[in-house]
Amino acid sequence: MTRLLAAFAFAALGALGAVQQSPADSVLEARTAEVAAQLRCPVCQGLSIQDSPSELSQQMRSVVKDQLRAGKSPDEVKAYFISKYGEWILLEPKPKGFNVLVYLMPVLLVVIGLGWIVVAVRKWTRPPDSPA
Amino acid sequence: MNWKRATIAAACVVPLIILFGYGLTRDPKDIPSPLPGHEASPFALAVFAPGQPPLNRAPGDTVRLAELKGQVVVLNFWASWCLSCRDEHQILSETAKSYAGKPVHFLGVLYNDEPGNGTQWIEQMGGQSYPSVTDPGARTAINYGLYGVPETYFLDASGRIAYKATGPVNERLIRHVVDSLMAVAAK
Amino acid sequence: MTRLLAHDAILVSMAVVLFGIVAVPVAMRTGRRGLLPYAFAAVYTNFFLVSVAAVAMVYALVTHDFSVSYVAQVGGRATPLLFTVISLWGALEGSILFWAWVLSMYAAAVVWINSRRPGNLVPYAAATLLFVSFFFAILLVGPADPFGAVSPVPSDGPGPNPLLQNHILMAIHPPLLYLGYVGMSVPFAFAVGAMLSGEVETDDWMRITRRWTLSAWALLSAAIIAGMWWSYEVLGWGGYWAWDPVENASFLPWLTATAFLHSAMVQERRGMLRLWNLNLVVGTFLLTILGTFLTRSGIVSSVHAFTTGTIGYYFLAFIAIVMLASLALVAGNSERLRSTGRFDSAASRETVFLLNNLFLTAFMFTVLTGTLFPLVAEAIKGVKVSVGEPFFNRMSLPIVVTLLFLMGVGPALPWKAASKAELKAKLVPPAAGAGLMLVIALVAGARNVYALLAFAFAGYAAFANLREYWIGMRARRIAHGEGWGTALVRLVGGNRHRYGGYTAHLGVILVAFGIAASSTFRTEYEATIKPGETISLSGHTLRLKAMWGREEPQRSVVGATLEVMNGSMVKGTMEPRMNFYPMSQSPVPTPAVRSRFLGDLYVNLQAFRPDGSNATIRVIYEPLVPWIWFGGGVVVFGALIAIFPTGRRTDA
Repeated sequence: MTRLLAAFAFAALGALGAVQQSPADSVLEARTAEVAAQLRCPVCQGLSIQDSPSELSQQMRSVVKDQLRAGKSPDEVKAYFISKYGEWILLEPKPKGFNVLVYLMPVLLVVIGLGWIVVAVRKWTRPPDSPA
Repeated sequence: MNWKRATIAAACVVPLIILFGYGLTRDPKDIPSPLPGHEASPFALAVFAPGQPPLNRAPGDTVRLAELKGQVVVLNFWASWCLSCRDEHQILSETAKSYAGKPVHFLGVLYNDEPGNGTQWIEQMGGQSYPSVTDPGARTAINYGLYGVPETYFLDASGRIAYKATGPVNERLIRHVVDSLMAVAAK
Repeated sequence: MTRLLAHDAILVSMAVVLFGIVAVPVAMRTGRRGLLPYAFAAVYTNFFLVSVAAVAMVYALVTHDFSVSYVAQVGGRATPLLFTVISLWGALEGSILFWAWVLSMYAAAVVWINSRRPGNLVPYAAATLLFVSFFFAILLVGPADPFGAVSPVPSDGPGPNPLLQNHILMAIHPPLLYLGYVGMSVPFAFAVGAMLSGEVETDDWMRITRRWTLSAWALLSAAIIAGMWWSYEVLGWGGYWAWDPVENASFLPWLTATAFLHSAMVQERRGMLRLWNLNLVVGTFLLTILGTFLTRSGIVSSVHAFTTGTIGYYFLAFIAIVMLASLALVAGNSERLRSTGRFDSAASRETVFLLNNLFLTAFMFTVLTGTLFPLVAEAIKGVKVSVGEPFFNRMSLPIVVTLLFLMGVGPALPWKAASKAELKAKLVPPAAGAGLMLVIALVAGARNVYALLAFAFAGYAAFANLREYWIGMRARRIAHGEGWGTALVRLVGGNRHRYGGYTAHLGVILVAFGIAASSTFRTEYEATIKPGETISLSGHTLRLKAMWGREEPQRSVVGATLEVMNGSMVKGTMEPRMNFYPMSQSPVPTPAVRSRFLGDLYVNLQAFRPDGSNATIRVIYEPLVPWIWFGGGVVVFGALIAIFPTGRRTDA
């Protein structure tokens, strides 16, 4: 058992910051979850710090919660993490400048596709004797 | 076979292939830190591993970044469960010792680990010349935009982050950065 | 010994494959069709040789032959036998070998089933598959050689990646994925064969292709669902889909294959969309190769990405050749693919299929753009950005909602033309299903517009698809005086394609309900409690009974025993665990899941005190998640109904 305990002792640290839930807390909890879902976990590549069970994510969640409790707005909290980790930390790129492309291109495809379908169906349903 | 159309279609995918070729030369895990050039976040952390004279600090002492102003600071984040930290441990410890008496301050920051494990690890590794502090809740680590351990931050004499090294450091790198930061400070 | 045998088998297979690739065009050009049986024999021989290599690898793994580099990399004496066998696909080299094996098997099956077919289609298709096989053989003797020599021979190995030896689904998900993924090479091979042989103007190759696509699609669907289940059961965060590049890679070809299965019907019925279908077949294959390239080359970061060497450059070369060649071929043949047919009316099933194809393609394009965008941003702007779950959810929700709606409209509309009265009779009644689901969702507390639309349209589609069965069964009862059961069996048997499709729709709708409910109504709570204390969430109370630890040969396990309480009654126990593997820095969680019809109680052990005095527990209530797994089964069942050959084909 001692070998076992030594092997995983570090895993215990996350336990220190836990809280018991009260109604006021649950509002803060929900706001924290909302911000945390938009921040990328640095050690798991892909999950948000809200979803990731990793220690660093738990600690980052508690930073988010503390900052929200101290009266910072969600955007300010995100700005804090951007200042430390760069834009990379946002799971969804800001729809500004070059990033607009990634939002716009699928919409464009749908619009062009719909236009094409309208034209094609019109053409294909025209009576065969009328000029093409 | 309509060769004109065929050529046009093929030409359309060339940019994609170039993009992939470019991608192969990049490492997706290498995320540049936005911090170098910015003022380092202040911290006040308690010593758990004293280090060896003359660099030692008493266990329980609080090390504040503010009190190190005017010195070059080398901040090394590590943990006993981190395998690559073993590779750089001796290099850091000995290089730090060689700078004793110079305006350079080395400090280890324990990341997501129990101080007990840290102390035991230092003992196993044959001691550490400079002190290490604990970082409850990894607050300082997050303030420094830490991804994992080991990571080493070099702060210039004015308290700005000058350089961040991800992964184990080597002696040449430490000396190069520290010497140039001292040279700037001396001017 | 084993090592050399396997290695030589691959080398010989390369020579054989090369012969086959050359023999086919030579036979065609010179008119020496007598060469063809030899080319087909090359396909069989390749299958045999790659099988020898694969079986040799499994043998080496099972006997712990650490002189084989791959065994030294993933093998371990402490690893249980099952996980030793399945570590065949647990790391890069083995997975390439497995891929090559599956591909050689498909090639053999294609030749076995179709070799008597006259014409040049099958030989060219076989040559195309051999060409792809050749690439994988190059990988196996080059950058992904699993049969390297290790000296000195280690006495033990580290064992497979802990994440991969933690759950039984690892024995199911990867083989399904490879079967589905690699299976998409067959339609591609037929498409190339059709273009090279000049048969592309006929629709016969399309009928063959559609069957192969359907089988691969069924396997891929099953694989995606199994993969979702695996991440749900293993990763400990209570989710099943994170839009990770690897997940996206499996989803992209699924989307285009789904589009193809629908639009192929338009070609069969109306002789239209030939060029588009050809593009979908080729695109689906390109997406499988692209996905493999993205995840195996380390070009995008992913939890699942294997460690890499130079293999990315080989893949790049292959992908460049295949993309350039196949797109040039399609474009070069495009003039021969003019549509001959026409639509009778805009209000017809044909039109819905066009829309379905547009939105499935847009879905694929959105996911592809999002996956590649970090790379584009870095190449052009030099900044690292992330494109993750919030982006994909935001962008895909409108598409998903539209597709759900179309899934209800399509089956309700007849081919050719629908009169106004018919439209009304078909499209209005399913609104009852929409209304019912909308009310249920509102009462349950959903307020998000997309969530409400998803529930409503899923309800609409469910009603519409079920109604098709009902209408058909009622007609049979009246016409033949059959009982409901007989009527159902005969109805489905009479048109397996159609009713298999509706069954698959119902499966997708179940999955949609599961996803919509679990993402809308999911509740979670995390707390640190001491033994004897309880934690409550949405009416479920759990009491921490004890913390425990045990040593297993390959790992250390720490667990928490929680009692599920009903008042003071204990209804059952749940045991979330953390597994510590020697080679892994962080523990691998094993959450506990208690499944009920309406949802799962999901408990993960997040952290604990080494002395067992407290534990941090995350409890998640996940409504309708079991419906996703069940729905996946229904999708596959629907595909099976459609795949199995019918003696007679009648159109209902």
